[in-house]
Amino acid sequence: MATYNPTGNNALMNEPVNKPEIRKKYCRFKKMGIRYIDYKDANFLLKFVNDQGKILPRRLTGTSLKYQRRVAQAIKRARHLSILPYVADELK
Amino acid sequence: MHVKNYETVFILNPVLSDAQVKETVEKFKQVLVNLGAEVYHEETWGLKKLAYPIQKKTTGFYCLLQFKGTATNLVDVLEIEYKRDEKVMRYLTIAMDKFAMQFAEKRRNRKSETTTNA
Repeated sequence: MATYNPTGNNALMNEPVNKPEIRKKYCRFKKMGIRYIDYKDANFLLKFVNDQGKILPRRLTGTSLKYQRRVAQAIKRARHLSILPYVADELK
Repeated sequence: MHVKNYETVFILNPVLSDAQVKETVEKFKQVLVNLGAEVYHEETWGLKKLAYPIQKKTTGFYCLLQFKGTATNLVDVLEIEYKRDEKVMRYLTIAMDKFAMQFAEKRRNRKSETTTNA
């Protein structure tokens, strides 16, 4: 008799988890000790923008809240100075 | 009155001749000096391609100034000058905190050493 299982997802219990091995995301700014994000450096900012030119969310890049705000600020300044486009189709 | 550091980047119309560009840059530096600011770094990136057209132009002449001063209306007067001058297509002025200062310092050294051994 299957053991009593409150959640009742017994079938799922031994489901092989074949999700890609999840690397622990880290904030690259804390790890590398970067303290200032330069709005003039386009190819560094391109790492935080998807191919449409939109800012990547934290859950994908793994940056901490404090540095995500600075990245967003730097990207918006770069867009103002047309170093980065507001919208683009194949940016990378 | 404590000293504040600023960094300003502006884009000039690409159709200008080199002489006009130099004269405009000198004009803005003069505006800052008149306000008691000290322009301690100046960079011109030359004609660069814009990410999107500004005023129907796809290239622009980028110029960067780093200065410090105590006058409170320093940036306001500078930005009025920018607005008044129609050669300037776009400008951005930011205040620099200590991390920005360290970064700018490193960047200047890197730039000066690349020019020496380049």
